[in-house]
Amino acid sequence: MTNKYDAIVIGAGHNGLVCAALLAKAGSKTLVLEANERVGGAAVTRSFSEGYSVSAVAHLLYQLQPQVEQDLGLKGGLASENVGTLALSSDGNHVRVDGDNVSGVNDEDKASYRHFRKRMTRFADLLNTYLNTTAPRLGKNAAKSDMLTLARLGFDIRRLGRREMREFLRLIGMNICDELYERFDSALLRGAISLDATLGTHLGPRSPNTILTYLYRLAGTHGMLRLPAGGMGAVSEALAHSARENGATIHMGAKVSRIIVENGCVAGVATESGDVFSSKLVVSNADPKSTMMKLVGSKNLETGFTRRIHHIRMRGNAAKLHMALDGLPSIAGVEDREFGARFLIAPDDAYVERAFNQAKYGETSVKPVFEITFPSFHDSTLAPAGKHVMSAIVQYVPSELRGGWSSDTRDAFRKLAVRTLSNYMPDLEQRITAWELLTPADIEEQFHITGGHWHHGELALDQFLFTRPVGGAHQCAMPVGGLYLCGAGTHPGGGVSGAAGRNAARVILRRENFV
Amino acid sequence: MKNYDAIVIGAGHNGLTNAAYLAKSGLKVLCVEKNEYIGGATVSRNLYKDWFYSNCSYVCSLLRPEIYRDLELARHGLQVIPPAGGGCIFMENGDYLGSYVDPEVKHREYARFSRADADAYERYTADVMRQCRFIRDFLLRTPPDPTSFRMRDLKELAYLGAKFFEMGEERMYESIRFWTMSVAEYLDEYFETDVIKAALSGSGIIGTALGVHSPGTSYVLLHHYMGDVDGNIGAWGFARGGTGAVAKAISDAFLSYGGELRTEAGVEQITVKNGKVTGVGLSNGEEIRANTVVSALDVKNTFLRCMDRKDLDEEFYHRVKNFKIRGSSGKLNIALGGLPSFPALPKDSLLINGFLHFTDSMERMERAYDDWKEGTWSKDPYVDMMMPTLTDPTMAPPGKHFMSCFVQYCPAQIEGRDWTDEERQQFGQTVIDQIANYSPDFKSLIEHVEIRTPAVIEDEIGITEGNIFHGELTMDQLMFNRPIPGYAQYRGPVGGLYMCGSSTHPGGGIMAAPGCNAAREILLDLKRPDVTPVNFGDD
Repeated sequence: MTNKYDAIVIGAGHNGLVCAALLAKAGSKTLVLEANERVGGAAVTRSFSEGYSVSAVAHLLYQLQPQVEQDLGLKGGLASENVGTLALSSDGNHVRVDGDNVSGVNDEDKASYRHFRKRMTRFADLLNTYLNTTAPRLGKNAAKSDMLTLARLGFDIRRLGRREMREFLRLIGMNICDELYERFDSALLRGAISLDATLGTHLGPRSPNTILTYLYRLAGTHGMLRLPAGGMGAVSEALAHSARENGATIHMGAKVSRIIVENGCVAGVATESGDVFSSKLVVSNADPKSTMMKLVGSKNLETGFTRRIHHIRMRGNAAKLHMALDGLPSIAGVEDREFGARFLIAPDDAYVERAFNQAKYGETSVKPVFEITFPSFHDSTLAPAGKHVMSAIVQYVPSELRGGWSSDTRDAFRKLAVRTLSNYMPDLEQRITAWELLTPADIEEQFHITGGHWHHGELALDQFLFTRPVGGAHQCAMPVGGLYLCGAGTHPGGGVSGAAGRNAARVILRRENFV
Repeated sequence: MKNYDAIVIGAGHNGLTNAAYLAKSGLKVLCVEKNEYIGGATVSRNLYKDWFYSNCSYVCSLLRPEIYRDLELARHGLQVIPPAGGGCIFMENGDYLGSYVDPEVKHREYARFSRADADAYERYTADVMRQCRFIRDFLLRTPPDPTSFRMRDLKELAYLGAKFFEMGEERMYESIRFWTMSVAEYLDEYFETDVIKAALSGSGIIGTALGVHSPGTSYVLLHHYMGDVDGNIGAWGFARGGTGAVAKAISDAFLSYGGELRTEAGVEQITVKNGKVTGVGLSNGEEIRANTVVSALDVKNTFLRCMDRKDLDEEFYHRVKNFKIRGSSGKLNIALGGLPSFPALPKDSLLINGFLHFTDSMERMERAYDDWKEGTWSKDPYVDMMMPTLTDPTMAPPGKHFMSCFVQYCPAQIEGRDWTDEERQQFGQTVIDQIANYSPDFKSLIEHVEIRTPAVIEDEIGITEGNIFHGELTMDQLMFNRPIPGYAQYRGPVGGLYMCGSSTHPGGGIMAAPGCNAAREILLDLKRPDVTPVNFGDD
């Protein structure tokens, strides 16, 4: 039978592709089924207006794990060199951050930032080792390798030295805001770091846990920001190419409707169009809620497990705003050559915190925060000559808006966003020729991520490491024989890093003898 | 100039407990207190006619039973009585949610709102109590230093690990989640009814500068639950005669061991010579000598006010300066000419004897915090109100009542500057209006009101920003991080100097554990027999 495979991967998001490529590389006959018409999931380049294309969801590459590039033999040149960050001030006195250096702040802040970076990148490196390791199991059922991982983690923390170890243990559960006040006078710099620590989460800079989210952002490449040539879709295409090279098959437009479970083990999957593909191994790149509740179904699961899955928090807050512009907007104090950078609108930490306040009550921020790029500045294929596209992440925009999303509420929010941007880019409004707003609800609908959450589940200490997606099932294997998760909902979490896909592949290759 | 073996600064419950144990071991101990009365925030005072105000701390539950028994506090006159009824939360729609003591009645009451929630409550208490039992084991133990290779620290770490491991795999994961979650999210996992969640979430924020949605507030909930009255874990009680009776009993125990107590003796300076303490200098210029000085003050007071910066390591100084002690709560103490009526409650309902609340949704709870973040008091505050005279009539003249209103949130400063008296009155009015919404005759019964902002409490008791825990209960300031990483074992940065206040592990509340733990460490250093009680943890 031709529809029989060694492994089926549901979803050709970047993690699914990484996992499929590694499984195929190990010799398994692997099939990837993707609901949409192109690969990449949320890491995709789409046209939103004639001639204008943009990375539809994720737009900056700052986490792709070097291990993934190495394992798959991806060649460099995927993306631009590091782009700097400009934290915008409405009066033109911007703060510019590039690597360890920051300008537009006083000398103490400059020195303090270098010290802060040094410590944070060191902690991020420590964390990164464990982001690329299977999360250990606790208790009597822990394997020797789990105990070894735990011991190594303890040892690595000790190896920081007494002073840094104390700081690590103090900071790891803390909020970013208190640390920023301890260090920096510049409100703009505090705002910029607050934004980095809270982007993609349901947290404000005062929420404990935001040091962890900040470290997570720095893991892998120390927060080096790159804009992929051809948009994020090009990264996914490269991964898909690697998967195919290794022998995997990828079917587009094949939306899986059901994972077939027989006698507590997977037997294959069925698609909406009625095709059935059989395999004793199914790997889902979909988020844990979709996978377990929709595709597997609670009747195949133990109640306690269903309850834990049900309780995973995944309320997305990050919207995407895309605009086609007939030219670069003017920003006071920014020269034309600087438009390749990342621009932030987060004038201070309190501004970010206030923006978060409304999200707690299911409302959109009255004064939202923005992370803005002009990808066409680096890559002329994304817009017609002389024209530009703007790609912005706007926060906070709750997936479950009080009263629900409608075309009116979306329109109102878009206008508010443009008004806010206009404070910094006075001629922006005249330059807009087309636009697209993707709220988390839209992202959920178009990219099949529950809550439109960029991490497939809030990245927080209570949903991290041992308890991601849920305790006891945090080693990718689900309590259905032959079913694995490989998406951002599993350890370590989201971002275009490929770590989740790689971790899953490694677990599967260790546990399953299908080759 | 007089000489003592040890001087304890501050006659709060922790200072007194510490002094009592040092005296019990045979040391010559002096406890000095700046005010003319003892107790610190563990106090009841006669501030209006024949009323006794427990004007800071207002309930007694966390007091460690080991210490209660060991110091024979019952013999010294301390009686802790459970409230004679449940308490309730009034709802904006005119209804109320009763918190009945009888589990069967409580179940029926919850079921009035949701069957599922009524059933979930049982599961919820079982799960929270499991965490309580785990943490109670560590209250009377010195936190290990995870960076140390000393046998003692390694053993203590191993003990912690073993206790955690004992829970079993699933519960370990559950514990990790519980310890790091927000109380709102934790309650979401059990309950669907907003008012039930609001009723239970209060304990997650009392005394902290966090909102119900802030991660880490589940632990704060635990901190309020881990006490017991007569072996009933999580129960609350009142000290007969007011909270001051607790300090009085501990002080009597201290005196019975031959200790010496001096009031109106505020410490200005902890004197240091060659890296060792030599004693204290009082504000009247007097110097008292001792080779051991124990401070029950919060760490900011101890190190920033009473010590010279040059005697402290620069990094230590920096950490103390950034230690988080945030004024987030205020208090109204009210003398009432009679019992106010609450028409929403059935006539003669016993619920009035317990804690009464007025914040009936999670959104209102959280919005109260948003005001605090903006540097002002909550315009719709979370008020933890009760009338102890319904349980203990000795605190007011017959037929009259004392009402204690704990108010969350109330900042130490208004938008970065000091409170004006007018603002303080407005703050008081906000609270009075909230109560009056549910009690039409309340305002007419008020005879006297004492309005206390964090600044007022700081001025009077001395606690920085009037913080009831002497420091935020966030993960970066708990266990081996409390108060300062590397200084969690009660020893200060200078030889002979110790900390025994609530800034140290396990933190605030009338628990007396920090005072007792510090005594154990001091006696160890002085090579004297340990007279502190053995932790019987989960009993």
